[in-house]
Amino acid sequence: MDAVIRIDALTKRFGKLTAVDEVSLSVARGEIFGLIGPNGAGKTTLIKMLTTLVPATSGEAWIAGCSTRTQSSEVRRRIGYVPQLLSADGALTAYENLLLSARLYAIPRDERDSRIREALSMVGLDDDADTIVQRFSGGMIRRLEIAQGMMHRPAVLFLDEPTVGLDPTARRMVWSNVLELRNTLHSTMFVTTHYMAEAEELCDRIAFIHHGRIQQVGTPQELVASLGPGATLDDVFVNLNDTEIESEGNYREVQRTRRNIRRRT
Amino acid sequence: MKSNARVEIFEGAPDRSIKSSVVEFATHSFAVANAEFVKLKHDPLELLMRAIQPILWLVVFGNVMGRIRGLSVGTINYQDFLAPGILAQSVLFAAIFYGISAIWERDLGIVHRYLVSPASRTAILLGKQITASIRGLSQATIIYILALVMGLGISFQPLKMIGVVALISLGSGLFANLSLIIACIVKTRERFMGIGQVITMPIFFISNAIYPLDMMPGWIRGIAAANPLTYEVDGLRMLMLPTAVNAAGLVRDFSVLVVISVVLLAIATRLYPRMAS
Repeated sequence: MDAVIRIDALTKRFGKLTAVDEVSLSVARGEIFGLIGPNGAGKTTLIKMLTTLVPATSGEAWIAGCSTRTQSSEVRRRIGYVPQLLSADGALTAYENLLLSARLYAIPRDERDSRIREALSMVGLDDDADTIVQRFSGGMIRRLEIAQGMMHRPAVLFLDEPTVGLDPTARRMVWSNVLELRNTLHSTMFVTTHYMAEAEELCDRIAFIHHGRIQQVGTPQELVASLGPGATLDDVFVNLNDTEIESEGNYREVQRTRRNIRRRT
Repeated sequence: MKSNARVEIFEGAPDRSIKSSVVEFATHSFAVANAEFVKLKHDPLELLMRAIQPILWLVVFGNVMGRIRGLSVGTINYQDFLAPGILAQSVLFAAIFYGISAIWERDLGIVHRYLVSPASRTAILLGKQITASIRGLSQATIIYILALVMGLGISFQPLKMIGVVALISLGSGLFANLSLIIACIVKTRERFMGIGQVITMPIFFISNAIYPLDMMPGWIRGIAAANPLTYEVDGLRMLMLPTAVNAAGLVRDFSVLVVISVVLLAIATRLYPRMAS
């Protein structure tokens, strides 16, 4: 398998808490890979280690052949990241946000304008280039952030809960953008989500994570089949975790989710 | 998108020449500074609001205090003496807000966006520092306009004004990085507000900004000598007031500020990535 992401026994401890516990995974080029688990399972910490935002306690990961431990700046050239939080700058227009990204990712000056226009049209925001992002809806912001993350054509795009707090229409648009980008640019998509139906429909493979450990990996069909006929991914999730998908989380997480929900308006 | 672009995947790290690294570093700093500058342009209200405080200090405080003949500021008018001090103070207050905005950007997720980009941490911080300098220079413009309106005896000699621009850029960057370091350590807005107050007030009062050093009792003067603002004010006073410029003094002021700036930038570069965790 032509692995773009290779993770080998990656571990992160915060004091006594082991947030990510010896995770090993391999993701193929062009794959849409879903990471699913309850809040606090270690999804965001895993993504932060893969994107070099947080150093691992032990273990190692390679993105497109570069080590996250020893070649972090080379890793950063090869990835895009759409964090769960808001990464588009509300005080800038969509165009200005993309211009900032174009400069940060060293897109040559004479290509910048055409690449920005191209990115805007990929996510259907052509007509909103000069609108201040504060006036965007939650779905539009997400799509802009995806454009930001993809403009430099990264080998891997990491999306952390890209559809949280969006209404169904906006969610569908976000996913269709992700699919289209994968199909045209052949980038690998590494996505975390809470929505089982989405994961089942859109991911090529899924990993369940709980208490920092990978519980099971496979195609949605394989995972469902393992529980017998009539099962859904929700059942697989409940079965693996002994919990309902409930986002109680802690204060900070709740605050974050609520803030995300506010974006809908 | 209909192009046949495919993701190129490089294995391993290609060699990068020094020249292209320098160009890249400059581009990254410029990118960050430019984004901040555009934001100021979209919403210049903040800059205008910042004009109020120096006006109060110069027009009200300077006016009243100037009537006390006991202030030994030499042959010049107290308001003239005060102008460089108030300039340094308003630059300090503007720069301290930089830490709050860093915490704000962290709560939103914008810090993450910078930190996952290939831009070096130093380039990002330098970019932010340039914006802090632009804010500082806008304060200087206000003070010079005030000086003209109030008929203060301030030098408008071009060479000296270039020196003022350099000193203010340096001072803005220095205090902006100090503020960022505090932000990286305390991490929440509430705590920052408290600590920000606790730090800015002593920096301002235990300096030569509003009274000369010779008026201070020895122990206060000792603390003031360790305060970077003292050197900024001293340099500004030499450049802005028409009395003779002491070249050795200017070299000392600039050197102290440059050394502290470099140290603070190095510390900030180390701490800034913590904002993402």
